Amino acid sequence: MILTTLRRVAPQLIILALVLLLNFAMFPGFFRVEMHNGRLFGNLIDVLNRGAPVALLSVGMTLVIATRGIDLSVGAVMAIAGAVAASVVTGGSDWVVAVLAALGAGALCGLWNGVLVAVLRIQPIVATLVLMVAGRGIAQLLTHGAILTFNDPGLVRLGGGTILHVPTPIWIWIVLAVVVGLVVRRTALGLLIEATGINERSARLAGINARVLLIAVYLVTGLCAALAGIVVAGDIRGADANNAGLWMELDAILAVVIGGNSLLGGRFSITASLIGALIIQSVNSAILLSGMPVEFNLVIKALIIIAILVIQSPRVNHALYLLRASSGAFSPGASRGASTPRNTAPRSAASRTDHTTEEGRP
Amino acid sequence: MRHSTKLPLYITIATFLLAYALCIAEYPSMLSTRVVANLLTDNAFLGITAVGMTFVILSGGIDLSVGSVIAFTGVFLAVVLRDTHIHPLAAFVIVLLITTLFGAAMGLIIHYLEMPPFIVTLAGMFLMRGLAYVLSTDSVPIDHEFYGWLQSLYWKAPGGGRFRITGLLMVLTFAGAMLVLHRTRFGRNVYAIGGSAQTAQLMGVPCARTTVLIYAVSGGLAGLAGIVFSLYTSAGYSLAAVGTELDAIAAVVIGGTLLTGGSGFVAGTFFGIMIMGLIQTYIVFDGTLSSWWTKIVIGVLLFTFIMLQKGLAWVTTGRIPRASASAARS
Repeated sequence: MILTTLRRVAPQLIILALVLLLNFAMFPGFFRVEMHNGRLFGNLIDVLNRGAPVALLSVGMTLVIATRGIDLSVGAVMAIAGAVAASVVTGGSDWVVAVLAALGAGALCGLWNGVLVAVLRIQPIVATLVLMVAGRGIAQLLTHGAILTFNDPGLVRLGGGTILHVPTPIWIWIVLAVVVGLVVRRTALGLLIEATGINERSARLAGINARVLLIAVYLVTGLCAALAGIVVAGDIRGADANNAGLWMELDAILAVVIGGNSLLGGRFSITASLIGALIIQSVNSAILLSGMPVEFNLVIKALIIIAILVIQSPRVNHALYLLRASSGAFSPGASRGASTPRNTAPRSAASRTDHTTEEGRP
Repeated sequence: MRHSTKLPLYITIATFLLAYALCIAEYPSMLSTRVVANLLTDNAFLGITAVGMTFVILSGGIDLSVGSVIAFTGVFLAVVLRDTHIHPLAAFVIVLLITTLFGAAMGLIIHYLEMPPFIVTLAGMFLMRGLAYVLSTDSVPIDHEFYGWLQSLYWKAPGGGRFRITGLLMVLTFAGAMLVLHRTRFGRNVYAIGGSAQTAQLMGVPCARTTVLIYAVSGGLAGLAGIVFSLYTSAGYSLAAVGTELDAIAAVVIGGTLLTGGSGFVAGTFFGIMIMGLIQTYIVFDGTLSSWWTKIVIGVLLFTFIMLQKGLAWVTTGRIPRASASAARS
């Protein structure tokens, strides 16, 4: 099981290693981790810590994308959750109550998306667009348009504190990923999600209650987004309805896509998505460490992302596969090369699209 | 059948007229030509963007890069006019070429690498926003006499409303798009690809050329919107027009175009834009409502129109969706 996972995430691990090496080349002290005042410090820790919100989001997003859906509202849900947590805690309640209220708000948002997608049969991209547009307005309504600041030590600890010398956000995303991963992979749930994503009708005919499954998946995504919102709010000690989680949904989707998960649903890997999130964060840190003018950040990020996507695109993958197969079909190296891609999602997508184009062209 | 596809369009127009009537009932001064003229001027750049978005959405795709393209165009024009002695008209031509080629490049990637439009245009959004930052992170003012002359061009209507050239440009864009979509072979192909790409290909529709053209049109119109936006604000700022793509998509959906592609009208998009502008005007007239109500109302409107389309689809096909039927049995 671990071996198959490793083989699945190998391309992502290689890309991550390359980006980290790039970091190291520009800043030799990159891998140094030090202890100051009972807290681990270092660039590597920073990548793990700053990557927490996108990592949290990408866990839920992976499941949604596996069902052939997409959730555009996670950024807005983050803003709502942060606003709820901040307003509850400034109202004088305990931080546990605030966290529970924020998680409840996230679950409610997820439920709304899930009902729109699963019961009312609206396309996911449109269904979640509604909350994406309206959600920020709702968050601003909660905070009355201002940035609600708080100083509750419990809530602040979730975003900026440490547990066992390690920043709390790192714990939160690792624990969430392990829990979701175990639930999905140790039970048949993951298989059912993949079946729904590949063909919802046949999944239903096979006896899967796709409707409840879809709602549950969107609910989990709402919860993940709420957690990310709490972490971000705790980090800045305030709820910023305008900027909390702004464009975060796009980063989360990118993390999932860089993780090699097909946007057409089906086979998924949470581990690969998390590595995708870390790749994005490492790219950010590489750009910062390179000392280039900040203005170039987005251009470089865009170019790196385009490069990664082109490498992973079904067409290029298929061309590489054909090249490998034709260059030496009988050498052991070639046969190994030909058999490994079968385990990755892009390869299966390639065979599917290739099939349609062959049919389509006379 | 023909009737059912036009029904969402009629409902959008009726919604606009009803909303406007309600606004007038509350604030009679909203009937003046000033309000109408401002409605056209203030939403000109959004309207032109939404025309391009309508093409893309009709073909079943999506273009997230338009907001960034608008910002890039504004900054590019401002920097070029500040640092060189190029005439603004020449700068307009250059920037339109750049944005059109940019859109075409995205179309090429989408078609030939078979990548989802969502992801490709997302990367394009980062790239264009980044290029705008590279050109300048500050807001660069534009004070060229040609700009002043363009801004001074208006027709003063009897009620005191000033119909500016940008509003006229938007109306002309809508008229042109209607002609292209309903009277040319390219327009037919856009609808065909949106209905089903595979069927279109089997029928001999040039899918590659059409896809590239669609995204080129969207990029070019976003560039035109950027020019209008720079005329409107007299400046170029790399953080401008953030989230315009969402407003444009919302306007297209409120206008009755299906996000799955293949069905919809540019005229609907026009009234979608007008409805969104009307909400903002109402909030200004009211004075006590906060601006974030705009977002909530647009969200509610989006939801209403999506449900309306769903309901219409169920009624016209004469059956409840298979999903709920099978779930009811189980």
